[in-house]
Amino acid sequence: MTSSTNVSCFHEARRVAIFGGTHGNEMSGVTLVNLWIQNGKEIHRKGVETKPFITNPRAVEKCTRYVDTDLNRAFTTENLSAPSGDDLPYEVQRAQQINEIFGPKGSPEAYDVIFDLHNTTSNMGCTLILESSKDHFNLQMMHYIKKAIAPDSCPVLLTEHPLLKYSTSRSVAKHPIGLEVGPQPQGVLRSNIFESMRVVLKHALDFIELFNEGLEFPPCTVDVFRVSEKMDYPRDTNGNIIAMVHPNLQDCDWEPLNPGDPMFQTFDGTTLRYEGAGTVYPTFINEAAYYEKQQAFVTTRRETLAAGAIKKT
Amino acid sequence: MEPVSLPALSRVAICGGTHGNEMSGVYLVRELQRQKLEKAGSATLTTVISNPRAVQVCKRYTDMDLNRCFTDAILSSPVTVATPYEVRRAQELNTLLGPKGKLGAVDLVCDLHNTTANMGLSLISYSVQDWVIMHIYRQVQRKITSAPVRFILLDLPLADVYSQDSLGKHGFSIEVGPQPHGVVRADIFNLMKEAVDQTLDWVQCFNSGSAFEGGEVDDVYTFVKSVYYPRDPETNQITAAIHPQVQDRDFCLLHPGDPMFLMFSGEIVKYEGEEVLHPFFVNECAYYEKSIAFHLARKMTVTIPPLQVKRD
Repeated sequence: MTSSTNVSCFHEARRVAIFGGTHGNEMSGVTLVNLWIQNGKEIHRKGVETKPFITNPRAVEKCTRYVDTDLNRAFTTENLSAPSGDDLPYEVQRAQQINEIFGPKGSPEAYDVIFDLHNTTSNMGCTLILESSKDHFNLQMMHYIKKAIAPDSCPVLLTEHPLLKYSTSRSVAKHPIGLEVGPQPQGVLRSNIFESMRVVLKHALDFIELFNEGLEFPPCTVDVFRVSEKMDYPRDTNGNIIAMVHPNLQDCDWEPLNPGDPMFQTFDGTTLRYEGAGTVYPTFINEAAYYEKQQAFVTTRRETLAAGAIKKT
Repeated sequence: MEPVSLPALSRVAICGGTHGNEMSGVYLVRELQRQKLEKAGSATLTTVISNPRAVQVCKRYTDMDLNRCFTDAILSSPVTVATPYEVRRAQELNTLLGPKGKLGAVDLVCDLHNTTANMGLSLISYSVQDWVIMHIYRQVQRKITSAPVRFILLDLPLADVYSQDSLGKHGFSIEVGPQPHGVVRADIFNLMKEAVDQTLDWVQCFNSGSAFEGGEVDDVYTFVKSVYYPRDPETNQITAAIHPQVQDRDFCLLHPGDPMFLMFSGEIVKYEGEEVLHPFFVNECAYYEKSIAFHLARKMTVTIPPLQVKRD
């Protein structure tokens, strides 16, 4: 048996942020972060500064996704380098402020890790969102979390895609991690969803503490779902939706969708079928916030990523 | 009970989008309009998007809840520049479908709603002595087997009834859940469509002279009181989530001593009432702004008389 001598060294993860309220009506993150701002004992780890932070307070106050524009799409280079001013949309101003506190994005001064807490109306369970297939630190963390919560599952969504990747609030950090837990209606706090998110974060922080203590994590593989294609609702010439996600597809996030399987159902009962070339794994099925982004669901393809051994410098 | 005969229902209204983010009704009314459905047998059918501005922005309301604007007092209040949009709209709807309480009103108003609560199919009205409504309920309950069907009574004198269904001579709401606001689920849409189809089917049978036998209807729930979220006295923040043993268990029994809330700190808040009651509208999104976690109801059975249309 050979053992790998290639160990990637990373600096200690000293500065960790937990973002809630990036979307003001996604209540698990808002509630957890507010709780931890008042009493941070639960998120305290030796040698780590863990900072809970409400990213979009105005949206949280109004219990709405955003005020002017989606904060979780606002961290583009263009927005972050634009001259600051009151005439900018609220969320762009906010993105610049967040970049100052937790970034600058892409620089050595940026926070080590940011966890961004989200809910979805889709039946995605506890999904971890990974932005880069080459982030071995994140891959190792996700491997650790998946093992810790087994037999419950924790799917990993890889959003690395030339067109579909978007500029998230967490992208300011060196190691951005999205937590997407559902199903939960917007504006609603469900106990089970809240507690699941809390448990996943606990394991994530445990990983960071172990890493900082010098533990070496051996090479591992992580099964992920890589985003492939955005699928919109069928619409008429006026842009109105003319069909709903089919009952056979509704709530079936992460399950295979084969060519010929029912996909949409018109309001008068006709079935429209998936006509892709091969099997895909849909997710974000019937997410409320995506109607305006022209997305009924997104297809993914399964992939196994390899992460090398890691330990702290 | 003595048989009852009532006038035919010649004008029926189906309303959707009374709350702009309750999507089944919005899409169902649009579909009925697309199909140009204007008659149900001998009855004329009017379809209305009640709050088009709220539908446009996919929010419950723009200034205030439209479905609280139909009391006699609000309907007759003078309109000024400061009058909220929904009050104006309620008065417009009163002209279109009412006037409430008067002879010119439509015969039946059916108002379509969704809830984030796990309430299956619920028919809601303000009287259990409107025999038209009770017979419609019985038919819907008998014919629909894909979800539980229940009746909720909000017992109020007509003048104080604040909901749109009070505009018609007979009126009720169809409430279907669970569905997140802003989302249309096919199973929930199809369930609502079935309920509307059964309602229109009953109206046609009634109008053409069918005799409906009397009997008992069960699963009738009367509103008793609301239960509020526990809050921190200093910060006013909510400090607990609805307990997993109540969440999604609308209409189940809540006994004294049963858990109601799970505090974020881990403690359990128990039900301390004396009467065994039934929670409903458990974790309805729209009720957070009123701080209501759920309502409690008493369950009863109602005896209904035989019913037939009145022959002139």
